[in-house]
Amino acid sequence: MTLVAETRGAGVAHSALRGRRRRNRLTVLAFLTPWLLGVTIFFVYPLLDTLYLSFTRYDLLSPPKWVGLNNYVFMFTKDPQVVKAAFNTLWLVVVLVPARMLFGLAVATLVTRLKSGLGIFRTVFYLPALVPPVAGVLAFVFLFNPATGPVNQFLGALGLPQPLWFNDPTLSKPSLVLLGLWGVGDLMIIFLASLLDVPREQYEAAALDGVNPWQRFRYVTIPTISPVLMFAAITGVIAALQYFTEAVVAASVASGQATTGGGNSSLLGYPEGSTLTYAQWLYNMGFKNYYLGYASALAVVMFLISLAVTLVLLRRARSLVYGVEGTR
Amino acid sequence: MTTTPRRRRRLAMLAAAAGLSMLASACSSTGSTPSAPSSSAPTKLTGTVTFWHFFTDREAKGIAAAVDKFVAANPGVKVEVKSGQDDDKTIQAIAAGQPIDVVLSYSTDQIGKFCSTGAWQDLTPYITRDAVDLNEIPTVVRDYTQFDGKRCSMPALSDTYGLYYNKKLLAAAGYSSPPKTMTELTDMAKKLTVLDGKGAITTAGFVPTFGFYENAPAHFAPSFGATWFKADGTSNIGSDPGWASMMTWQKNLVDFYGYDKITRFTAGLGQEFSADNAFEKGKVAMMIDGEYRNAFIKAEAPALEYGTAPFPTDAAKTDLYGSGYVTGNVIGMGRGAQNPEAAWALIKFLSTDTDTVVGLANAIKNVPTTTPALTSPNLVKDANYQTFLDVFANANSSTTPTTSSGKAYQDTLGTFTEQWQAGKIPDLSAGLTTVDTQINDQLSLGKAP
Repeated sequence: MTLVAETRGAGVAHSALRGRRRRNRLTVLAFLTPWLLGVTIFFVYPLLDTLYLSFTRYDLLSPPKWVGLNNYVFMFTKDPQVVKAAFNTLWLVVVLVPARMLFGLAVATLVTRLKSGLGIFRTVFYLPALVPPVAGVLAFVFLFNPATGPVNQFLGALGLPQPLWFNDPTLSKPSLVLLGLWGVGDLMIIFLASLLDVPREQYEAAALDGVNPWQRFRYVTIPTISPVLMFAAITGVIAALQYFTEAVVAASVASGQATTGGGNSSLLGYPEGSTLTYAQWLYNMGFKNYYLGYASALAVVMFLISLAVTLVLLRRARSLVYGVEGTR
Repeated sequence: MTTTPRRRRRLAMLAAAAGLSMLASACSSTGSTPSAPSSSAPTKLTGTVTFWHFFTDREAKGIAAAVDKFVAANPGVKVEVKSGQDDDKTIQAIAAGQPIDVVLSYSTDQIGKFCSTGAWQDLTPYITRDAVDLNEIPTVVRDYTQFDGKRCSMPALSDTYGLYYNKKLLAAAGYSSPPKTMTELTDMAKKLTVLDGKGAITTAGFVPTFGFYENAPAHFAPSFGATWFKADGTSNIGSDPGWASMMTWQKNLVDFYGYDKITRFTAGLGQEFSADNAFEKGKVAMMIDGEYRNAFIKAEAPALEYGTAPFPTDAAKTDLYGSGYVTGNVIGMGRGAQNPEAAWALIKFLSTDTDTVVGLANAIKNVPTTTPALTSPNLVKDANYQTFLDVFANANSSTTPTTSSGKAYQDTLGTFTEQWQAGKIPDLSAGLTTVDTQINDQLSLGKAP
């Protein structure tokens, strides 16, 4: 009887414990619900829908029809533009991201060394980042106009060659890089904050050890600001993979934009497809030609590439970022 | 086989994913039954009609005046007009299930999509019931307002292309009339071109580069008798010699200027639809453009001494002289229209009522799209505008074909022409054949196996 009572008592206690745990879980779930709803509606659902649509023929106006792997077969075997777009995007990832990081770091380092006028220079370097992208590109393309732009007039006055800039397929992407460097204020400001955060005593200790400026930068500054550098690299790569507005506006303005009905430029990625990015091609196929199924396939591939690049960068971060668990 | 909790969770997630996916497909689906007309046209119209069109500013006022006339004739109807709505917006609105009674679009290229998907309703039952005489609409216009036998739109004015020339510059170079063949155009362009001391172009006789203002293969095609598709629906660009002739003529003139030099020149010119337009500023002696340019010149450069003529033709196809590229605006009834009878009445009024069509043409300076309107004494016209009425009426004038894939085929050729004019295509014939393959592949993209 006692045993039964004890067992019953233990059972009741166990049941009460389970009930408390359940209530706790429900409480946690209740607090998480807004976030879960947001993620489900704005991330999981669109992601799954995109994945489903990538296997269909879908034009937005009629119901999707299942076509199996057709869209992926077309992408990898029959679409010359996607190859060009992927190359241009990769070029921007490889050149634009490091260039902006290096330039941003150089400007931030320079600003930290200023004895006076720090506020003014910080503002001057940051201001371009506040200019709306379309306005910035318009101004930049006019500045670099091969015939009437002040840049070429200045070069001409010096007797130097006057390039075609945005109208030359070999210079259009480097011109976009120049545009990116002009607007480097967003990176400069976070680099500046992290540089100012490097402990003075570490520099003093390094000075006592007799290190030269490069060694001081390489072995004191870089390790300390490495988490910020990694953040800049990851967000920079993702932004480069989605590069769109600047390329579209630059191509449109530089081409003079002839129309072939519908007000659409006939010269996508002008000049000669050199500014056609992956995101631009995706948009064009989806919302200009209404191949929404194919555009979804392009989006799925882009998502997988972005995910892979981010994972690789995060994995590398273990060995590159000072202070991360399991690192040097 | 045992089912572990982890496995159960995975299965549940998969089921949820599948459910969401099915929900996604259900949400993506769009469709509704088209409105069926009553057996006879109602004697009195009532209710509200939503009318989306793309016009803005001066041109939107012309549309508003025509709508006011319709409302005055049908006092029981209220028309809610939304101007400045381009194709992207209307397509997305219709896809989202927003009922739009009447839509006016600038793009005949999208008619294939509008008709084939049912986004725009088939108007045939209304046309048949009201005995609308489609023979009053020229053949080329009838072609671009229907797709695959399904008439989902009516014409609402057209754009017709021809040659604009600067009389003063031509006279200074010793010419009293415009060119009639591409050979003459090339010779005159060379003579009319002026260089500065450093060899840079200050005035171009004719800018040949594709992408400059209205220089598009589609706009030149009628002058070379070039056709886009074969009877079986596959691309004809590699087989039709007209395209090779066009490319050869164009490249020769580009080479005369030098690609870099002409690119530098065009980069410094004003935007096409601005008061800095190069022709209006006298920096280009001749150019291809639509009839609407007359209205822009009148507003922006009234002192310009200019003339218009049909665009020159290939020297081997002089019988085509007088023809040109024709496109236009289309008007139709959106899927899910709430007031179909009043919507149809407005469409019919704007597209077939002679006084209304003439009034719109006079206001917007486009070409009217019915024979009675074209011959109406109320149509205000001068010699420069008359050129386009004649081109429009020419039996050889043509338009771009409608496909269910919109204008993707034109973009594919456009990409090729950029490479071609830059001298990056060593073998024209092989290049055009590749364009064929690319267009055919793109047309079949996503088709169910």
